[in-house]
Amino acid sequence: MLKYISRRIAYTLLLLFLLTIVVYLIFGLLPVDPARISCGIHCNPAVVNGNRHRLGLDVPLYEQWWRFFLGIFVGRTYGDGAARFTCPAPSLGYSFPNNECVTTVMAHAFPFTLSLAIGAFILWFVSGVSLGVLAARFRGTWIDKGATAFVLIGSSMPIFVLGLLVYIGALLMHWIDPISQGQWVSPWNDPFGFFKNFIFPWITLALTFSAVYTRLTRSNVIETSSEDFIRTARAKGVSPRRVLVKHNLRTSLAPLLTNAGIDFGGLLGGAIITETIYQLPGLGEISLKAVLQNFDLPLIVGTTLFAATFIIVFNLIVDIAYAYLDPRVRIG
Amino acid sequence: MKPFLEVKNLSVAFPTEDGLVQATDDVSFSVDLGRTLAIVGESGSGKSVSSMAIMGLHNPKRTVISGEVVFNLESGPVDVISSDEETVRKMRGKSMAMVFQDPMSSLHPYYTINNQISEAWLLHNKGSKADARKRSLEMLDLVGIPDPHKRIDEYPHQFSGGMRQRVMIAMSLVNNPKLLIADEPTTALDVTVQSEILALIQKMQKEFNTAVILITHDMGVVAEVADRINVMYAGRLVEQGAVDEIFYRPAHPYTVGLLGSIPRVDEKHGSRLKTINGQPPSLIGLPAGCAFASRCEFASHVPGNLCATTRPETQEKMPDHFARCHLGAAQVQQISSSKKVG
Repeated sequence: MLKYISRRIAYTLLLLFLLTIVVYLIFGLLPVDPARISCGIHCNPAVVNGNRHRLGLDVPLYEQWWRFFLGIFVGRTYGDGAARFTCPAPSLGYSFPNNECVTTVMAHAFPFTLSLAIGAFILWFVSGVSLGVLAARFRGTWIDKGATAFVLIGSSMPIFVLGLLVYIGALLMHWIDPISQGQWVSPWNDPFGFFKNFIFPWITLALTFSAVYTRLTRSNVIETSSEDFIRTARAKGVSPRRVLVKHNLRTSLAPLLTNAGIDFGGLLGGAIITETIYQLPGLGEISLKAVLQNFDLPLIVGTTLFAATFIIVFNLIVDIAYAYLDPRVRIG
Repeated sequence: MKPFLEVKNLSVAFPTEDGLVQATDDVSFSVDLGRTLAIVGESGSGKSVSSMAIMGLHNPKRTVISGEVVFNLESGPVDVISSDEETVRKMRGKSMAMVFQDPMSSLHPYYTINNQISEAWLLHNKGSKADARKRSLEMLDLVGIPDPHKRIDEYPHQFSGGMRQRVMIAMSLVNNPKLLIADEPTTALDVTVQSEILALIQKMQKEFNTAVILITHDMGVVAEVADRINVMYAGRLVEQGAVDEIFYRPAHPYTVGLLGSIPRVDEKHGSRLKTINGQPPSLIGLPAGCAFASRCEFASHVPGNLCATTRPETQEKMPDHFARCHLGAAQVQQISSSKKVG
């Protein structure tokens, strides 16, 4: 087991290293010149060159990447004298339109994204799995048919339509206030305000994902129930409830881990549509702004890397959890 | 004394969109403690369906079951068919247990051997997990798992097919059930392992005085271990009797065909294997007459159109030897011996 985990971790670290290269190169090759963009109104070649030097863009691409990579571990200083700007480790670069370190900008946005992702995940996982189990348990009854209808609607309706419907509905019922929406409310100081802020974004995200999990759970539980080892359990005299919980669910839910890891990891990189609809300044929202409004290349590199890291890390967690659940993975 | 298990007029049917599938039709037999009954027949002849009915494992919502499956327990007779699910569930694993065909998939891949055998014991006994483990170890030792102290904490995928079947047998017998149903227990195993597993079942049967129902389509296996034989065809019991009776004086043409299709070592090399012509009929809307009639080489010897029009009833052709055929036992033997000569 230990050998398996350390091998997976080593592999993950290598992947993360390669990721910094790929992401940095992709954005380095874009025909966007931050030195020119950050030049301002009284622009002349001297200022552009000064900016270029200050942003560290006057060296070859591979050296730019190396400085960037090193900055993650030791921090990085841009320019000198009065224009000197230091980003402490872990530095992901300097966001010139904000005149802030990329990590600082992201640190403001991340609580929104994290809250959104965790709440939505709990909601969709619990509801999706319960509904799927119920549908499988009462196959062919109205419960099953209701679940199927929910799956069809939830998974076929695009999230921007679903999100807007929930938003407008909540607005009409005066359940959300579009003015205060988007301000950070700490769950520790004001749990109710936090909840009020996030409940509809959670529902929006959860609806789509929940449908997928309902479908997966239902089909996995039904498939597992015709396995030979389930028949063995019944022949031993195991009660129906125990057959479902101990013998069926563990097998049925294991494949869902893969989905859960990727979906949750992906969401931590930002849920662009949901964040935009509810004006939550999370990672998705700031990435979108960075792309559409001010070509904030360093910020885009930062959020992309951050999002990809989550997906990779959650893949690792899924692999380890899988090994814990399924002895064939652990020992084989 | 009453036999331990009495099956009376058992019929099992599955309603489908195409019609009612009559998987088992009016089957009656009994098994005594310490005895082995072999049920033989082609795939789809109703062998497994009957045994699942004996275990009470059919979903009542998706099956139509009639008849009786009576266990004569010490506490009194219990009919599995008419009892409620909870009563039958408590009997499963305790009064009757089952070993399945494919040991590769019959054990839960996520749980250790200890967990699975202990679960079976704890379901029917009061005791701690440590007691259950001790009992599991005893059983593993008894079924011949080498080094059980080490292997008890391993997972099924770490065992070979034969060893897994031993584990299955250990698990099924952990509560000393009075009836063991073995549903083709050796079909998925290597030939060399097959006889070991059969010998193990026989050994355990002696040890616990268990009644055994062995479901198989291997006549060689039957000859080796069975006391009595039920021959099934298209959901019906076409012949039943003591093993020697069936092997030496088969009274049903289908049994004659089955016995004739056993490959023999002393046969001329390159000669064709004998088969029974045709296919088993669909179990939806069986013809009015004998289900075997269309494949029967003996049917022409029956006067008139009797085979096609009238379903033969079970008759005692010889003492304690029953068959469903319009021909007498003597006729069947006479015709089959004349065929061999010709």
